[in-house]
Amino acid sequence: MTTAVGDHPLGPLRPPGDTTGLFGVFRRRYLLKLLVQKELRVRYQASLLGLAWSYMKPLVRFSMYYFVIGLLLGLRDSVPLFALHIFTAMIMTSFFTETLNAGTKSVVKNKSLVRKMNVPREMFPVASTAVTTYHMIPQFTIVIAACLLVGWSPDRTAFIAGALGISIMLTISLAVALAFSALNVTFRDIGNFVETIGMMVMWSAPQLYPWDFVVRIIGGTWLEQVYLANPVAMATLLNQRAFWTPAIPPGEATEIMPLMPEHLLTRGFIMLGCCLLLVGVAQLIFSRLEGNFAERL
Amino acid sequence: MAESVVVDHVSKHFTMLNARTLKQRVVRARQGGFRNPTFLAVDDASFTIDQGEAVGLMGLNGSGKSTLLKLISGVLRPDRGTVLTRGRIAGLIEVSAGFHPQLSGRENIYLNGAILGMEKDEVDQKFDQIVDFADLERFLDTPVGRYSSGMFARLGFAVAASVDSDIFIIDEVLAVGDPPFKKKCLQRISQVRDEGRTIVFVSHNTTQVKRLCERALVLEGGRLGFDGPVADAVHYLKYDEDDDEDAEGGEI
Repeated sequence: MTTAVGDHPLGPLRPPGDTTGLFGVFRRRYLLKLLVQKELRVRYQASLLGLAWSYMKPLVRFSMYYFVIGLLLGLRDSVPLFALHIFTAMIMTSFFTETLNAGTKSVVKNKSLVRKMNVPREMFPVASTAVTTYHMIPQFTIVIAACLLVGWSPDRTAFIAGALGISIMLTISLAVALAFSALNVTFRDIGNFVETIGMMVMWSAPQLYPWDFVVRIIGGTWLEQVYLANPVAMATLLNQRAFWTPAIPPGEATEIMPLMPEHLLTRGFIMLGCCLLLVGVAQLIFSRLEGNFAERL
Repeated sequence: MAESVVVDHVSKHFTMLNARTLKQRVVRARQGGFRNPTFLAVDDASFTIDQGEAVGLMGLNGSGKSTLLKLISGVLRPDRGTVLTRGRIAGLIEVSAGFHPQLSGRENIYLNGAILGMEKDEVDQKFDQIVDFADLERFLDTPVGRYSSGMFARLGFAVAASVDSDIFIIDEVLAVGDPPFKKKCLQRISQVRDEGRTIVFVSHNTTQVKRLCERALVLEGGRLGFDGPVADAVHYLKYDEDDDEDAEGGEI
């Protein structure tokens, strides 16, 4: 950039290449925007159903869950508003798995750019996280509509929990996308690992079972703490606290106790701090591996 | 004149066999002591380019020209030594690099411009000039995947040349494209040079290098073999003994 720094009008001599990491991505928002648009266009242009795919897939999954877990295994009877319980959780877990999958591939997929052009490489995992975030908007619209339909009476905690849940999700997804996109360049078989994580995530958050099942089995033990140390589980609980619990009719809530872990918000804030720290760690991993990207791809 | 590019004892080696997967890594580690054979692409190169200088980078295929250019542009990082540059760098390392085949010519101009560091208003302002130069007005809304390699080259060059960079690097892209277009490109590069911007120009074509540059660097097996006037560089390379054909035809 031709900004006047030092005594020379073109600034000082410095190493070429942007090594400012995520800050560099933020500085080049216009490029980020175009890359996100490109990704959205490319992803849906070729498929006949276009954007409808991003509704279809979760819809089918949701229906299967509801049918098998809700009806066949009978959870619908013991969990109030079980459909909303699943859906509020699914938004979070599928957001995570999608960023994990797309983020991991993001650098390798853009190898022609990485090998030949000088762009902050963090751009690619960030763009892929942004694309997934974009897809989250219609899902939240559906949740809010559903909540309003059944009678949603959110308190202040619900709003804080909602914001906190989304923030945790965004930060942990970004951290994971950053770290794995870089690792994927070094180890091409990291995909197997990523798949396994994706599967674990689906079961490790209170999505197909309510929180009180967890308390009943491992409540009070160290396993409960391990369970809550999972950012995806925490974000899921917070999202349910925002949408699901305030929508439960007062009479029904007493049947199932507790709905939420104790000190949920405090835990949430601590988790957000940890996730921000993880973004820093992921950036370190990325910066370390990035130097070899151009030659390894 | 101030320095524009400083390359100080720069070396870059490539690993010839990368262990690409975790599995391979583990197997390698078990075998014990297995070292990847490496290849020194740039070997202890040192030179300085002043601002406004046009320098030709010459050498046989595999002598490290492209690697050196990538080190200057910041795509690659040196293993040893330092590369320092001043100001904004733009250029063309490969014509198709910044393009996406499924997007239209129009969209690709914006995308490629942004990749080269331009903002929206800057591309807006230069849009007509780019289209005009590339001579692609009729195909602006066609996905560039359907473009011919000549059209690709034209668009790539037009966008890269429109960036207000302080350092302009070009890697053998003029090998693609027909003679009228090559001529147009060379004129544009001369214009860039006359504006006082630094140029690093990779070419096998001695006529082109002679026309554009006064100084040439010759790489030989990664080492800087010669640094001086273009005419002497051509002599050094023994290129003047053959007919100066456009021998390196690129991918066509």
